[in-house]
Amino acid sequence: MNTFSINQRSASGCTILDLHGELDAHTASELETELQDLIARERLKIVVNFNRLEYIASAGLGVFMAYIEDVRNEGGDIKLTNMNKKVYNVFDLLGFPALYDILDDESEAIKKFSNT
Amino acid sequence: MGTNSTYRKTISASTKNLSDIRDFVAGHAETHGFSGRQIADIRLAVDEAITNIIKHAYKGDDNHSIEITIDFNNERICIELQDTGSSFDFNDFPEPNIQEKIKQRKRGGMGVYLIHSLMDDVTYGRQNQSNKMKMCKYRT
Repeated sequence: MNTFSINQRSASGCTILDLHGELDAHTASELETELQDLIARERLKIVVNFNRLEYIASAGLGVFMAYIEDVRNEGGDIKLTNMNKKVYNVFDLLGFPALYDILDDESEAIKKFSNT
Repeated sequence: MGTNSTYRKTISASTKNLSDIRDFVAGHAETHGFSGRQIADIRLAVDEAITNIIKHAYKGDDNHSIEITIDFNNERICIELQDTGSSFDFNDFPEPNIQEKIKQRKRGGMGVYLIHSLMDDVTYGRQNQSNKMKMCKYRT
C-alpha cells in the first residue's frame, strides 16, 4: 500500500513542506495541489524537506518542473532539502542539481531565503 | 536460493498499483541477492515503465491489464512487461533537457531515459497486438 503525506509548517517567513513516504505517478497530484495552493496564496518562499521521503519517481520531479518558473518569476523559489542518497540520485541522473537549489539541511534554505 | 526462477503477476493498469509492483519486484530482487543500490534502480525502472504503459499505451484507462514477469538466473534479473495498448517508442531516449522543459512548463519525457540509464539491457517490441518490454540488470 502506497503511503504519501505532506505536512505544512512555517518558519522565518518560509513555508516548509515535509514529505513522507513514496512520491510516484499516483501520489504526485497531492503535492501538485499543495504547491498550487501556496502559489495562489503568494506563499513563494517554499522549502521542501525530503527527510522522510523514501522514494521518488519522475512524476514527482515533474511537479517541481511545472511550477518552479512561475514561483521564481514572482521572486520566490522552491528549495529542496534533506534528501536521502537514493532520492538525490534520481534528481542527479536528470541534471536537477544545476537547476534547483538542493541543500543538505532545511536551515540552509531558510537562511538563504532570509538573505533575499 | 535457486538461481533460475520466474515469477509472474498481472495487474490492472492503474497508478494505484505502482507501489505493490515496486514491492513485488524489489522483494524478489532482494531474495535473489541484489544489492540495495541495484534494487533501488530496478524499483524505479519498473515504476517508470509501468507508468508509461498506464499513461501512454492505455491512456489512463484502467480497464486494461499489464502482465509482469520476473526471471532470474546466475547473472542477471530480467523483467518483462506486456500490454495490449498502443505502441510507444521506448527506443528513442534522448537525455531530457530539463532547463528547456522548465521554461515551457512541460514535464514528462524523463521515464524512458531513466529506464535506459538504470538498466543494462532494454528491448522493446510489438507482436500480435501486444507490446513487450524487457529490461535486464546484471549482478556485476
